[in-house]
Amino acid sequence: MTGLDVVFVLVALFTAGAAVLTVTSKNLVHAALSLAATLAGTAGVFLVLHADFLALVQLVVNVGAVAVLFLFGLMLTRAPIGREALDSQNRGLGLAVAGGLFVLLSGLIIAAFGTTTVEQVTGASIEVIGIAIFADWVLPFELLSMLLLAALIGAIMLARRETGESGEEAMVTRIDVGDTPTTEGGVRAELENTTPAGQLGAGGDR
Amino acid sequence: MSLVGPLLLATFLFCVGIYGVIARRNAVLVLISVELMLNAVNINLVAFQNLLFPDELAVSGLMFALFIIGVAAAEVGVGLAIVFNMFRNRASVNVDDVDLMRW
Repeated sequence: MTGLDVVFVLVALFTAGAAVLTVTSKNLVHAALSLAATLAGTAGVFLVLHADFLALVQLVVNVGAVAVLFLFGLMLTRAPIGREALDSQNRGLGLAVAGGLFVLLSGLIIAAFGTTTVEQVTGASIEVIGIAIFADWVLPFELLSMLLLAALIGAIMLARRETGESGEEAMVTRIDVGDTPTTEGGVRAELENTTPAGQLGAGGDR
Repeated sequence: MSLVGPLLLATFLFCVGIYGVIARRNAVLVLISVELMLNAVNINLVAFQNLLFPDELAVSGLMFALFIIGVAAAEVGVGLAIVFNMFRNRASVNVDDVDLMRW
């Protein structure tokens, strides 16, 4: 067992623990922060495997952008907090499927690669990666840029408020009453009483 | 360095992601679990890059991992936009509530 193995075990334990926290946390924000920790741990695994450039990309794109995007998503959707509200009744099924798959796959991996070792781990330099991107992989690279542009425009189109037929903002697109959509009466009844029924009907049908 | 470690870690992360997808009700948390699974695949690709092409100029594993990171970013953007739309229309992000197209 070399020093690299020891470092890898430490990083792997951190990553696995953060991943378990991600799917079991009762607090949504804690789950998103655990996801950021998991992604950072994955970047550490890439560093141990001598994929320096990939570790940097992982830090910039996933830890920097995707985790923040998830935090925004959680805050904008105002979801309730608590294990019963976050988990469905399928916890046993999920445990069974995930555990069974893990036992099966790890058995296969140990049987196939149990004795395989890489003597000298050497990563590709950034120069080699750059030449490979713009020589052999240039078509997938351009396709990926088109995909990102399409996803950008599609996300904006999906997430913006809908407008009426003439392009103007509709009068009433949606009445959100608060965190608890299931409450009977209370604020909702009050709001429905004070709002003219015609406006509601005009804006409600889309 | 032994190769079993990274592969087992990737398997574990993938299974944790599967558990999250099945057990969580919140759509944003389901997306987070999908992100975990994509990362597990990336670890696998880098590990096999080290096994198969130790010091050649072939960097296919790294390339695939890079592209997966890019596609995952696009997927998260569109997925969150869909979740926002769902929240605006139904005031809820529970995946159990969205069963309009169920048979």
